[in-house]
Amino acid sequence: MAKRIDVSGLSAYYSSTKAIEDISMSIEPRSVTAFIGPSGCGKSTFLRTLNRMHEVIPGARVEGKVLLDDENLYGSSVDPVAVRRAVGMVFQRPNPFPTMSIYDNVVAGLKLAGVRKKSVLDGVVEKSLKGANLWNEVKDRLNKPGAGLSGGQQQRLCIARAIAVEPQVLLMDEPCSALDPISTLAIEDLIGELKSQFTIVIVTHNMQQAARVSDRTAFFNLAGVGQPGKLIELDDTQRIFSNPSVQATEDYISGRFG
Amino acid sequence: MSAATTSVPSDARPVGRPLTANRLPKWAPAGVAAGSIALGCGIGLVGGLESKLQWGLISAALFLIISYALAAQVEGRRQAKDRFATSVVWVAFILAVIPLLSLTVYTIQQGADVVDGDFLTHSMMGVRSAGPGGGIYHALIGTLEQVGLATLMAAPIGLLTAVYLVEYGRGTLAKAVTFFVDVMTGVPSIVAGLFILSLWNIALGFNYSGFSGSLALAILMMPVVVRSTEEMLKLVPNELREASYALGVPKWKTILRVVLPTAIGGITTGVMLAVARITGETAPVMMLVFGAAYINNNPFDGPQQSLPMYIWQQYAVVNNDFGYARAWGAALVLIAFVMGLNLIARGIARWRSPKAGH
Repeated sequence: MAKRIDVSGLSAYYSSTKAIEDISMSIEPRSVTAFIGPSGCGKSTFLRTLNRMHEVIPGARVEGKVLLDDENLYGSSVDPVAVRRAVGMVFQRPNPFPTMSIYDNVVAGLKLAGVRKKSVLDGVVEKSLKGANLWNEVKDRLNKPGAGLSGGQQQRLCIARAIAVEPQVLLMDEPCSALDPISTLAIEDLIGELKSQFTIVIVTHNMQQAARVSDRTAFFNLAGVGQPGKLIELDDTQRIFSNPSVQATEDYISGRFG
Repeated sequence: MSAATTSVPSDARPVGRPLTANRLPKWAPAGVAAGSIALGCGIGLVGGLESKLQWGLISAALFLIISYALAAQVEGRRQAKDRFATSVVWVAFILAVIPLLSLTVYTIQQGADVVDGDFLTHSMMGVRSAGPGGGIYHALIGTLEQVGLATLMAAPIGLLTAVYLVEYGRGTLAKAVTFFVDVMTGVPSIVAGLFILSLWNIALGFNYSGFSGSLALAILMMPVVVRSTEEMLKLVPNELREASYALGVPKWKTILRVVLPTAIGGITTGVMLAVARITGETAPVMMLVFGAAYINNNPFDGPQQSLPMYIWQQYAVVNNDFGYARAWGAALVLIAFVMGLNLIARGIARWRSPKAGH
């Protein structure tokens, strides 16, 4: 189920502004890869190029290649909709669909793809909510609106919604930045469990979090304001946090930045 | 200053302004209002002013002056300005409400006696215009059919135009569409009527009918629907669209199943308000539907009647006490109809709007 991602020579633009430049990296299947780096260095932009969400913004475009198990996501005959089914995404702020119940939120992806069978959907709801560690909290009120949950529960609902369509890769864009420490812990535990099935990529500003949850860590940086962001190094998390090979990485993680 | 705040001598007065000051009691604005009205009426009586309007305006002016002066005396200039601004808002509010309220009350007074079962279920066929009796059944049928047809035409087109402008429109075409929608919003209803008259009835040679009236009404309704729907769609957070795309949902399905349901409350309200607006249109109906004293259930053939035109005919053409009474009755029904539509729109908006909570 989990797939490997190989990026080569990838640059992304917003209209004429180059946001990230010439990034190449490999992301291993069934592992957690964390992206760290200062604000504006293009972590989120790069993450969004991995499921072709970058081009949703008017004027945005991408150059380079992203291989998902040897298939180029930016090939000419590739359907972005199919890409996004294979590569799911969890956003920074929880965004459950406000018109839908908890149940409908979880199966939104399947229902909109045309799955109608109640027995199938029931099974997916239970499995996904259990997978997102939310089942026990909401199993008695599946028909209540999703917007009525707390922020942490909403974020886990969004994770359940993302894994319900059974993607091969799960992208997480600062999934805990709007949450309290307890909800954060719940989601970090969840990431640890999910990596047995999915390839997970997580953007985070919290370096302790990167150290706790990830197997590999990539450090991004930008040379200055208005310059495109670049990948500085990608290595085992242990190495990055104990003995990074680039001075800029060490400066950043030890707080001696700038 | 800084020296004074860091080391306060024992006999020094408190630095800066005191936090307490004289305040007028809570009932002061109401008291001033009552006093001004009494004074205004007194001046009106003594001065022998005929018009109650003058009494009211004098009272309002007195209210503004007294509340400013009193507050300036007791509370100081800043509070006095605040009270003055608040008073202006209240006076403006009352000035705006009086005509609306008196229009409703007067219409109900005049129309309530006329509106009964007979009035609602009979046409003017065979009724002597110089006598009592008759009703608005034919006009009611006409209005419902014409407005219904116009809505069936304008609402889907307007909705889809708004979806295009918000979700797909980029560049010159979108700008042009926005521009023409703005222009169409300002088209006088008589011009819409003339356009349909020259195109549908004269150039294409169709007869007078309820349908040709609804064509003109649809032209008037469409820009209103586009505008309100556009605003509602813009309010849908982009995050919801992205959340849907990230699940691998195609764009058209995202719009249909996520964006539109999220905005449906506001869209419905907008459509209902547009319906309410065209329900009261007289000019194009007069030109295109022609008016009939008899019941014509078929909107596609022959003259029909409609409520606004009925009111006009009873007032201007019949032009006697019986006509006036019937006009008031029809006006009451028209107002009730529009008000009912508004209430339904509010109900739908509340029912369908996204809910938080448990």
